[in-house]
Amino acid sequence: MNDTLNAILIIAVVAAVTFFTRAVPFILFGGKRRMPEIVRRLAGYLPAGIMAALVVYCVKDDITGSAASAAVSLFAVALTAALHIWKRNSIISILGGTAVYMVLIRLI
Amino acid sequence: METAVALKLAFKKTFPVLCGYLFMGMAFGILLNEAGYGFLWAFFISLFAYSGSMQFVLVEFLISFPSLVTAALTTLLVNARHIFYGLNFTGIFRRMGKAYPYMIFSLTDETYSVNCAMLAAEKDEKYDKCRFFVNLLDHCYWVTGCTAGCLIGELLPFDFTGVEFAMTALFVTIVVEQWLNGKTHFPAVTAVAVSLICLALFGADAFLLPALILISAALTAVSGVEKRKEKKSGSKEDTCGE
Repeated sequence: MNDTLNAILIIAVVAAVTFFTRAVPFILFGGKRRMPEIVRRLAGYLPAGIMAALVVYCVKDDITGSAASAAVSLFAVALTAALHIWKRNSIISILGGTAVYMVLIRLI
Repeated sequence: METAVALKLAFKKTFPVLCGYLFMGMAFGILLNEAGYGFLWAFFISLFAYSGSMQFVLVEFLISFPSLVTAALTTLLVNARHIFYGLNFTGIFRRMGKAYPYMIFSLTDETYSVNCAMLAAEKDEKYDKCRFFVNLLDHCYWVTGCTAGCLIGELLPFDFTGVEFAMTALFVTIVVEQWLNGKTHFPAVTAVAVSLICLALFGADAFLLPALILISAALTAVSGVEKRKEKKSGSKEDTCGE
């Protein structure tokens, strides 16, 4: 029960902040005011940085766990990246990487 | 524009999104189900916390329950790019009356790109109804995909262990895409380095918040330095277009 409430709270926070980020330009820059140059620049850099951090976040348990799980995880990440560089198709990269990961964790 | 015509046009424009959203939505649903949440959760999360990447992070949050501050800051940073999306639409969305808040709420990456494409020849007020349907249809595709995925995970007697890698793979493809398109690679390199250092220092359960703060600080510092540098040469960029 406590977990349910906690889950709802987290979902509400994520929902509210998501709406907030989308509403910022309408609240702050709806008129003639221009977005400060430093904010523009930062928002250009942030996505690449944050997404890269999220990759580390996703593999955190695997790479701090056993050597085998770390190896499987890193291999699947490399494979996903290679597939994506090759085909530039997100669905192929995600399906391929995930399928190989699911097979490998059952074998190793 | 008639409602039926607007809806048809919107469907045509959002067809690629339909394919992408059903697939990614189902991946999310299966993942959420693996985390122990039923399809009603998938339905309400995709309805209210409507966001691609962030919803995948949310699954992880619903397993490990970080503090609300971590959840809020992560959402803010993951969705920081959205701060720019509305810039070209402030006037258009505002004239849409009752739909105005919904147009803001539903401006995801894919919806933004469809709306951007419409800025060229369909900026006119008569296309506003179509614009609304574009946003609404995308939202429907996503909610359908997410809920269906969760049901599939519930009903299919298949062991989905390891499917959580779809989330990792999604972020890897985004990073690779940004890497191949971007002029500079230091944001990604800095972020990985900082994250790994923080992971070593704070451990798997606590590293995200300090890592995100340090990354933002580092990138802000670089932005400040670059701004000063470029003030001498002086150039301006436009906003729309990925």
